[in-house]
Amino acid sequence: MEGRDRWVSKSIERLEDDRLLRGRGQFIDDLKPFPNMYHAAILRSPHAHARIKDIDVEKALSMPEVVSVLTGQDVAQLSRPFIVTGPKDMEYYSCAIDKVRYVGEPVAVVVAKDRYSAEDAAGLIEVEYEPLPAVVDPEKALLPDAPVLHEQQGNNLVMDRVYTYGDVDGAFAEADVVVKERLLFPKYASYPNETYGVIANYEEDSDRLTAYCNFHGPYSMHPVMAMALNTPANKLRIIVPPDVGSSFGVKITSYPYVVLICLAAKKAGVPVKWTEDRMESLMASSSAVDRVAYVSMASKKDGTFLGLDMDVLDNVGAYMRAPEPGCVLRYLGNLTGPYQIGAARMKARIAVTNKSLTGPIRGYACQHLYFGIERVVDRLAKELHMDPAEIRRKNLIMPDQFPYKTLSGGVYDAGNYPAAFEKLLEMGGYEALLEEREKARKEGRLFGIGLALGVDPSGSNMGYMQMALPAKARKRPMSGSAQATTIQIDHGGAVTVELSTVCHGQGHETVVAQVVADELGVSPYSINVVGGMDTSLRSWTISTGTYSSRFATVSASSAALAARKLLEKMRKIAAHLLDAEPEDIVKEKESFALKGTEKRLPFRAIAAAAHWDTQALPEGMEPGLSATYFFGAAPATRGEGDQINSSVAYGFGADLAVVEVDPETFQVNVLGYYSVHDAGTILHPAIVETQVKGAALHGIGAALYEELMYDENGQFLNSTYADYICPGINETPKMVTDHVETPSPLNVLGSKGIGEASSQTAPVVIANAVEDALEPLGMKIDRLPLSPHFLWSLKKSKGA
Amino acid sequence: MEELGNNSRHAIQLKVNGINYQLEVEARRLLVDVLRHDLGLTGTHVGCEQGVCGSCTVMLNGQAINSCLMFAVQANGTEIKTVEGLAQGYELHPLQKAFKQQHALQCGFCSPGVLLNSLDLLQKNPQPDEAEIKEGLSGNMCRCGGYDNIVKAIKEAASELAGKKAE
Repeated sequence: MEGRDRWVSKSIERLEDDRLLRGRGQFIDDLKPFPNMYHAAILRSPHAHARIKDIDVEKALSMPEVVSVLTGQDVAQLSRPFIVTGPKDMEYYSCAIDKVRYVGEPVAVVVAKDRYSAEDAAGLIEVEYEPLPAVVDPEKALLPDAPVLHEQQGNNLVMDRVYTYGDVDGAFAEADVVVKERLLFPKYASYPNETYGVIANYEEDSDRLTAYCNFHGPYSMHPVMAMALNTPANKLRIIVPPDVGSSFGVKITSYPYVVLICLAAKKAGVPVKWTEDRMESLMASSSAVDRVAYVSMASKKDGTFLGLDMDVLDNVGAYMRAPEPGCVLRYLGNLTGPYQIGAARMKARIAVTNKSLTGPIRGYACQHLYFGIERVVDRLAKELHMDPAEIRRKNLIMPDQFPYKTLSGGVYDAGNYPAAFEKLLEMGGYEALLEEREKARKEGRLFGIGLALGVDPSGSNMGYMQMALPAKARKRPMSGSAQATTIQIDHGGAVTVELSTVCHGQGHETVVAQVVADELGVSPYSINVVGGMDTSLRSWTISTGTYSSRFATVSASSAALAARKLLEKMRKIAAHLLDAEPEDIVKEKESFALKGTEKRLPFRAIAAAAHWDTQALPEGMEPGLSATYFFGAAPATRGEGDQINSSVAYGFGADLAVVEVDPETFQVNVLGYYSVHDAGTILHPAIVETQVKGAALHGIGAALYEELMYDENGQFLNSTYADYICPGINETPKMVTDHVETPSPLNVLGSKGIGEASSQTAPVVIANAVEDALEPLGMKIDRLPLSPHFLWSLKKSKGA
Repeated sequence: MEELGNNSRHAIQLKVNGINYQLEVEARRLLVDVLRHDLGLTGTHVGCEQGVCGSCTVMLNGQAINSCLMFAVQANGTEIKTVEGLAQGYELHPLQKAFKQQHALQCGFCSPGVLLNSLDLLQKNPQPDEAEIKEGLSGNMCRCGGYDNIVKAIKEAASELAGKKAE
């Protein structure tokens, strides 16, 4: 359906909101799926690095409320180490076995009749530790005398690869100017308000495990869980309730706890529920990697970029937990961002240290990538006395170059980067801001403007994980990004849509209803959309789930195509009933008509025939009206050598931030935040706006407030929300967003992901703005977060 | 004074959303656990148990409080309103309506707490300006970052409620 009659692209009221606002959502901790549910508490390591000499659980077991205690010995016996992707083997279990490697690592699980007793009992477990020296800094972890976390590996380096695209040394040799920076990115996470939760049950007779949880994919972690549990995949049933209290990537790595609680239920012989508390979440759920990067850019003196060279060292914490090393792989296809650059190289090393584990966090490593690129672009502009907008404009990929093949194998499907960038500069009033800055500086005020651009990859290609290994070591071909939707039309023509996207705040029920309503010609409010997930009942593949902004790119198309599959069947039924050929049947709003005649059959009459009167169907046709469509995004190919189209589609984002820094306290005040994106067709403008603003706020959090802090001995320092500061309503700046819409040719709706959007560019745009503000003091920004304390110390060290 | 050991049990009375409950609870049982797990009112959420995120906000004797920071025994004899008590049957409260219209929620986990704190704010200050709304909501974390629309929704609900009063 076209134009004004479409439901898609309208900001309709969300189908989810009524129940959520009435307090009738169904979140994991609200469920009571088993009448005799028991409760778990996890005992965690207080040491960053120590050998477990002995665990005495007798006192805990003597409490009448306690059913059992699971320890590392049980875990070693009942399960196998998780599969880890990477060049080296590493024994990573859901619980420490003979050594703890970070503060917060699970050591034992108590199962008791209620949570209060379980926590009491956990306090009665006596663990004898032999503390070992710890290391938390990734550079120090690679020194020859550093404590080794995994002895069988000999050292702490778990990945060491160089990805080279084009003649990088040649580009640097012919450059007029080269800038090089050492840049540090902090360990932070966009924590959701709802923590991890698991309710597990084991059935001895069928050897079947059922786990209710808030794990939202990728379901490639399902085989990882099943293998760890030593169970056939079809005997591990994962059920996710319709409501998940957001995730921002953090809940992808809830899977080790699904395994741990399954083991606890298996040993206890009763259903077990565990809900993570906030302290556990901050200390041991997941975070982005902290990164040390050396980033160099070679350029001609007119500002034309010639080459990009990066040397990155990422800290994944104590184990390289899947889907790491995505931290260096997820952006491979868009390694050069929105620019035309002649050659590029990334040396990628990963170290293990005595910090908590990492995983995808909204933006998954693109914030690290763009922090590097966009910082050196600003430095280059300074070096060449060019305006930061001008140097960016000069190197952008132009609209007539799409589809644009990047050096590293990415295929940017569509976009109008210059149009989006110019829109941003106009919206933010860039020229006027430059004058305002001039005036402010004369008055002695620290006023700054920042710009940052980024390509926004959406719909991860499973094939990129292979790039961790050198080409000849890749044993198994991997590619794809697929998602299924099932639609049923009942005997009265009413429509039910079954999702397997595992939505967690993005309004999928609403948007899928809009998409299907357009296809079938019904009202979205008449459609029953069933959210949540059940791996035993829903159609899914290993790439199923919501992560890497894949809903608009992949999932929404599967809903549209499932509807079309049903329409095709209904057309055949109509043709048969009207004694005509299917190609002569046209779908009208609520009926099927025979072209050029008055003959028509109502939508519901066809539905009725499929259920009530199967003799009326064409010979050989299956009765009923149900269709599942697996949409497999074509661009998700295997890749060649180190070239990989790591995502299915690529949007564009341009951000502008205006800041003022207090010259006495060094408090950064964000006066305005502007953002323009090209995400193809916008499916629901209001949802998109909230996504863009929310993503920007996560990036602002990383830029100004958030860092998981450890002392040198690996002791974790900020385990409450009072110590780990997230931006709230008073830290939210004025934000203005807009869009350019260049539809993607690669999916049915022309839409691309937008959920991660500015989380990738916000950290660097704030850094660029703050450095601009501090220019009168000659202070340079090479790290985040830009707390008043840090900026004040920086000023002191400069003697400025 | 009576000694309240961890495991000592106490009879309490609560009036929640207009219904009287007689319960026997451990001295250390949190009010939020009683509401969620003993009374089945799971609309009140737990986000931090540290009094920072505001997801567990309920009204106790007409005042917004963090139910994760209070023992149920401390609430003995009080009247409590949770998010389940906001709507009048099918009819949503003006705040709920405005939140829906203004797209002031994403995952909806923080929304019950935000709604009750907004109710508290509007009771004390029926026509708050933007700064007052921000001050009033400073104890609620919406990690989806939907603050702009929350401010719009509260303003809309304030006008709606003012209109109702004038009628």
